[in-house]
Amino acid sequence: MSKHCEILEIEGLHVSFQDGHSSVTALRDVGFTIQKGKTLALVGESGSGKSVTSLAIMGLLPNNARIESRRMRFYPVADGDALDLDRLKPKTMRELRGRRIAMIFQEPMSSLNPLYSIGDQIGEMLLLHEGLDASARKNRVIEILELVEIPSAAQRYNAWPHEFSGGMRQRVMIALALVCKPSLLIADEPTTALDVTIQAQILDLMRRLQSELEMSILFITHDMGVVAEMADDVAVMYAGQIVERTDTRKLFSAPRHPYTQGLLASIPRHGRARNQRIVPIPGSVPSLRAMPPGCSFAPRCSFSETQCRVESIDLLEPAHGHLSRCIRMDKVPANG
Amino acid sequence: MAAVVLIVLTVAFVIVRLAPGDPASLMLGPDATPEEAAELRARLGLDRPIAVQYFTFIANAVRGDLGDSLYFNQPVTKVLALRAEPTVFLALLSLIFALIVAVPIGIYAAYRRGSFFDQSAISAAMLAASVPSFWTGLIAQRWLATEYGWFPASGYGGPDADFLSRMAYLILPSFVLGIVNSALILRFTRASMLDVLGEDYIRTARSKGMGEARVVLRHALRNAGIPIITVVGLTLALLVSGAVVTERVFNIPGMGNLVVNAVLRRDYPVIQGTLIVVAVLYVLINLVSDLLYLLVDKRVRY
Repeated sequence: MSKHCEILEIEGLHVSFQDGHSSVTALRDVGFTIQKGKTLALVGESGSGKSVTSLAIMGLLPNNARIESRRMRFYPVADGDALDLDRLKPKTMRELRGRRIAMIFQEPMSSLNPLYSIGDQIGEMLLLHEGLDASARKNRVIEILELVEIPSAAQRYNAWPHEFSGGMRQRVMIALALVCKPSLLIADEPTTALDVTIQAQILDLMRRLQSELEMSILFITHDMGVVAEMADDVAVMYAGQIVERTDTRKLFSAPRHPYTQGLLASIPRHGRARNQRIVPIPGSVPSLRAMPPGCSFAPRCSFSETQCRVESIDLLEPAHGHLSRCIRMDKVPANG
Repeated sequence: MAAVVLIVLTVAFVIVRLAPGDPASLMLGPDATPEEAAELRARLGLDRPIAVQYFTFIANAVRGDLGDSLYFNQPVTKVLALRAEPTVFLALLSLIFALIVAVPIGIYAAYRRGSFFDQSAISAAMLAASVPSFWTGLIAQRWLATEYGWFPASGYGGPDADFLSRMAYLILPSFVLGIVNSALILRFTRASMLDVLGEDYIRTARSKGMGEARVVLRHALRNAGIPIITVVGLTLALLVSGAVVTERVFNIPGMGNLVVNAVLRRDYPVIQGTLIVVAVLYVLINLVSDLLYLLVDKRVRY
């Protein structure tokens, strides 16, 4: 065991987008830590900044993005040196991308290039990062296709993306992401576009591969069910901020932010009493261009008071290892 | 494809016979005597039943016999063959010129969408497409040829000029034609690249850790290729048939000039023959671009 057990530490990440003369802030003071071999789930509604966070880590934000951070530290290999992702040269970042930090996306149907065979596309990773020749590439590709349980992998080497179903394509994407054995996998809603049964298979596969390859996962999702299934730790995002951060068990048993409680209360659950209704969160996510002063959740929060709407709220630590961006959390019943 | 050629032949056959009145007296003009007209009718086989005429025409055309030119007293195919070289090379050179200019600029403009470069490229393309080629041609002739003497001003060299010196006469006209056509190719390349660069698989390609050049040229350009090939094929076909004005301005003895003169001389067999040859060229160019699709997109099956 090395002296540090983190693989990625992020602190004070701000991202804004220049749009002509105005600028829109997408992320404010985002910070979290991913432990080696563990899964951190980043949860939130659409537009909360989950994908921007992941693209910032990958260094793939568009040119009009302005990124500031106190710390974006990545430990690519055990015992190896730390890398400051925010200070890397583009070339070093490129070598890292795909090789040490890999990514899978939400839309398996459109994330593969339709004009190259899957063997080609997975093999390209090995060409880029390991410089393998064609036959060595082919062996490795077939190996990884077998690992992600694609039936008759050797025959599928030359198959085209359109010959695969959605679930199979997501397996291909996972194979592509994992072929260089990255230490961190960023999964941006990898199962959102899939049928429920396929979704369970993919989650299963990811868990198995995670322990086999000893990698960490940043799992981006809006699905609390998937969080419960996959994550060791959870960070809940709202309007570009992390509003609550803790381990999964604590989050589900004693959420300390009204937004998290709202999220949990709005999940339909089997075994819930007939008369107990699903409680939606009133209102909608504020626009990034018109962020309310103070707590950005205050306008939708039934516990908010004047104080909440005045100044921005810091992350507080009500219990060890449990952070919440709420000044009223003592008034909030723990099992909302 | 054979069907298309047959239809073209039929249309060419019908058009000449659709002209009001007797084609033979039309061809000879108002001053011809009835005897002359009758003689010409016999020579062209116009006195025979229409079905016989049709089948003779098709059978001859298939064997490469498109009749004789009334003005040159030579087989139409021979007359056309002599004029095809400058036209074909003019078309090819201006296409190459247009491709060299338009495709890289189109790709880069799409890549730097909204930048100063992009906006300048679009404006330049708009300007190039709006200026008629005879004007560009005359200006280029006036300055680049006459004033600076960098290029020959017009013509196609003497009868004994070798291939390279003949090509030298085509540089300026190809440049003029190329500019006009590069505008269309540039806009298509840019639009097609813009579509593709927004695709999810481009994001995937970037996440794999490759350089931007590889992302754009290997992952994007190939997907943008099919619309580009289509427009390039159409452009080439238009160049072969549409260089009339440029050939006139630069006095190049090509098919465009030939057909204009043939119209003025009422040389119907030549008009008919040019129509057929150009149509067959269209078909061939389409075939070639279809074959190129196969090369770009291995999924395409015919």
